[in-house]
Formats: sequence, structure tokens, C-alpha cells
Amino acid sequence: MDFPEDLKYNRSHEWAREDDGLVTIGISDYAQDQLGDVVFVELPAAGRKVAASEAVAVVESVKTASDIYSPADGEIVEVNTALESNPELLNEAPYGDGWMFKLRPSAPEALADMLDAAGYRAAIEEDS
Amino acid sequence: MVEFSGWAMPLQYPTGINEEHLAVRQSVGLFDVSHMGELSIRGPEVVDFLRFVALNDAGRLRPGRAQYSMLPNERGGLVDDVYVYRLADTEYLMVCNAGNREAVVSHLTRLASDYDCVVVDESEDVALMALQGPGSAVLLERLGDTDLTGLRKNGLLDLELFGQEVRIARTGYTGEDGFEIFVASTSADAVWRGLVTAGAFPCGLGARDTLRLEAGFALFGFELTGDTNPLCTPFKWVVKDKPFYGRERLWAASCPRRLVGLKLTQRGVARHGYRLYQGQQEIGEVSSGTISPVTREGIAMAWIERQFATPGQAISVEIRGQKIPATIVDLPFIEG
Repeated sequence: MDFPEDLKYNRSHEWAREDDGLVTIGISDYAQDQLGDVVFVELPAAGRKVAASEAVAVVESVKTASDIYSPADGEIVEVNTALESNPELLNEAPYGDGWMFKLRPSAPEALADMLDAAGYRAAIEEDS
Repeated sequence: MVEFSGWAMPLQYPTGINEEHLAVRQSVGLFDVSHMGELSIRGPEVVDFLRFVALNDAGRLRPGRAQYSMLPNERGGLVDDVYVYRLADTEYLMVCNAGNREAVVSHLTRLASDYDCVVVDESEDVALMALQGPGSAVLLERLGDTDLTGLRKNGLLDLELFGQEVRIARTGYTGEDGFEIFVASTSADAVWRGLVTAGAFPCGLGARDTLRLEAGFALFGFELTGDTNPLCTPFKWVVKDKPFYGRERLWAASCPRRLVGLKLTQRGVARHGYRLYQGQQEIGEVSSGTISPVTREGIAMAWIERQFATPGQAISVEIRGQKIPATIVDLPFIEG
């Protein structure tokens, strides 16, 4: 299973990447594997103000529906509308075309509390 | 792997539910459904017994034929839904749901005391596989060195497969052409491996559920329960007008809610227990739902108040606080 070193992770299985003050969020390879075939993604509206740990999106697989949590306080600035017609992108490319939304954090160092790849890998092993 | 009625079963194989589902719709899939209960019911009065304990008329079956049926309880509901196979004049096989097996056996054994026949639970000795999909007949003809053109839907045939004695029935739970294969537990491994090696795609419980939903078949515990009156469902054709156990209650009941098919008009998954609305008025509840891997639409079966149970009726389903528009439709969702 693949956990890129340049990403940050949460125990609730989101990944985040910070670029030029914007944070891109998706679900980890482990999360998509556990969910199985994703059939529907419910995305937040652009412009929505969100809080850290707030449920902002939903990923539905054949098996179950899972909430996706914002890693930080901020504003949703863009969502990946391609997921509406191609939810399977979450399975095929969780770190690439399967990204979910972009957030403008309201404070710097927004991802400081998130895990690095090694920490996330350890957290999964602990849980399983 | 998941625990299902005491059996360890795969929810899916590594390729995933969608691919398994499409394999069955387009070629051949193979399910291990050995968890199902198999009861041998036999004796001089077996026909009278089955006509009394089951809603369909097992007396109309000729040997070598099978039918879908249901077992009524004393309060106008159901003990289980079953498949009934007539093996010989005085010998039948009944396949029941794993989760209901003990209840079915004790219910039938109790009622059989008034008849000259016996109910024998053979579930532990019998394995069951379902080979399903448009390519299943060609595959089975090749492997069994036989011609299956004369074997119609619901027909039975004894066959040798990979050196094992098997009994096949042209039945299934997917809406496709296909066969259920009864085999001694000790031969199951050889038959499973042989079929997979020959090209059948292994399928798990997840695909079994999405396939049966598209095909409009009920799942006990969801569409059907101990309180379900089958006359309020699309499966009322099963109920034949003859004396049967609990008839008075079942026959007299009205249907404040009916079981219908539902299609979401925008993307979403209507899951078990989600509520149906007409405006602000709650009018029903989803029994099971998914996104159809074939049409990619949200589909569901649901219990809805009688006055809304008409194909074409627009309603909404509440999904996480939002009312998503939906339409009542005829079952099945796809034609096999």
C-alpha cells in the first residue's frame, strides 16, 4: 500500500497536501481499499466555511457511507467535480485525480498536528 | 471476510464488487452459497404437508422441477422464503436462508407431526454453489459433457462434474441465466476449483446483494420479515388459493404499506432504514438500496403507504438530512 512521503495524514484516513497556502484533501490508499468500490461522493459547496474535524464530505461505497473530515479551520475554495460522474477515481488514483476538495486554512501551520507517512502507517498497523 | 449467520464468508474477492457484478451480467460468476440450509422432506404425505406449510403449491411441481415459495407463520407473516425442488413423487428438497435455518427446521418438524413425512436437515453435508451469467450454460455443457438446451428454468438434472456427482438446478438469485449446483461437502473444493480454473469469476456476498437488488428479488431480513404479509409485495403471485398454515390472518390483512421499487432521479445511495417523504409527510422506509453497477443509478426497494405505491409517483428519500427526489418504478430494475 502506498503512502507518499510528501503528504500529511489523519487517523480518520484523509490525506492533505499544502501548496501556496491552499490545502488539497483526499482519502488514503488504505481508506479506499477498506471502503471497496466507491459509487458516490457528496462534496461540500465551494465557499463553505468549515472547522477542523467537521464532517464536510461523504464517500459512499457499495458497503457503507463514510464521512470525510476537514483537517483544519478554513474555507472550501474548490471541489473535484469530476468525482460526481467518476466516483471510481477515488479507488483508481486516491492521491491524484481522486482528490476531493481544496481548503484555504484560516491560520498558518494548519497541518502541524497531522501525521507523516511513517506515523500514519504505524497508526494503521495499531488499528488492524 | 465477514461473519454471516455463523459462516465465514467473503464480502468480495480482490477485484471488488463492481467487477464481480459485471462478470455475472456479461459472462459467468461463481458464488459459494453453502451457508444456505438444505432440508430433505420426504414421506407418503409430503405433498399434503408442503401444500399446508408453504404458500406456493408444491403439488403442482412435477419431479425434476422447482419453485420459489414462502413459509407462513401463525400471525400472517413469514418464517422464511425458500426454494422447493421436487426430486421424486414423495421426496422434496427445500433451500432456506442460513439465518432462519433453525427456526425453519423446528417450525416444519413441529407441523410435520400431523403428517406421514419427515424433515431432515442436511445442510452440513451439502454444499451449494451458484454459477450465474449468460455464459454459464456453455461453460457447464463443456465441463459436464452434456446438452443443457432441454433443461428449462427451474429444471433439475444430475450430472458428473470433475469426477463428482452433482445435482444442478437452472435457478438463481441474480436475474441472469444460471445454475445452482448441489454437491456433497466433501466434493465442494474440487468443483469450486474446477469451475474457477475453467473461467468462472469468484463472487462474494456484496455482488450477490447488488445483483439480486437489480433483479428485484427480496432478501429475508430486509424486504421480508416475520411481520411481512406477502400479499402486500410484488411476490404475491407465490400465494396460491388453498388451505395453508396461518391462512386466516394472512388472507384477512390489509396492506397499509406496499413493497415497491424506487429509482433516485439524482445520484445517491438510499440505504436500509432511510425514510421516504411526500413534502413534509413521512410515507415509508427503504428496505434495501444501492447504486446499480449496470445503470449507475440509485435503486432501492421500499415500503411505502399504499396511495403512493404507483409506478411513476414522485416522492423523496431523506439522505443525511436532504430530500433527494425519487420515482416509484416497476421491478425488476434490469431485465435478465
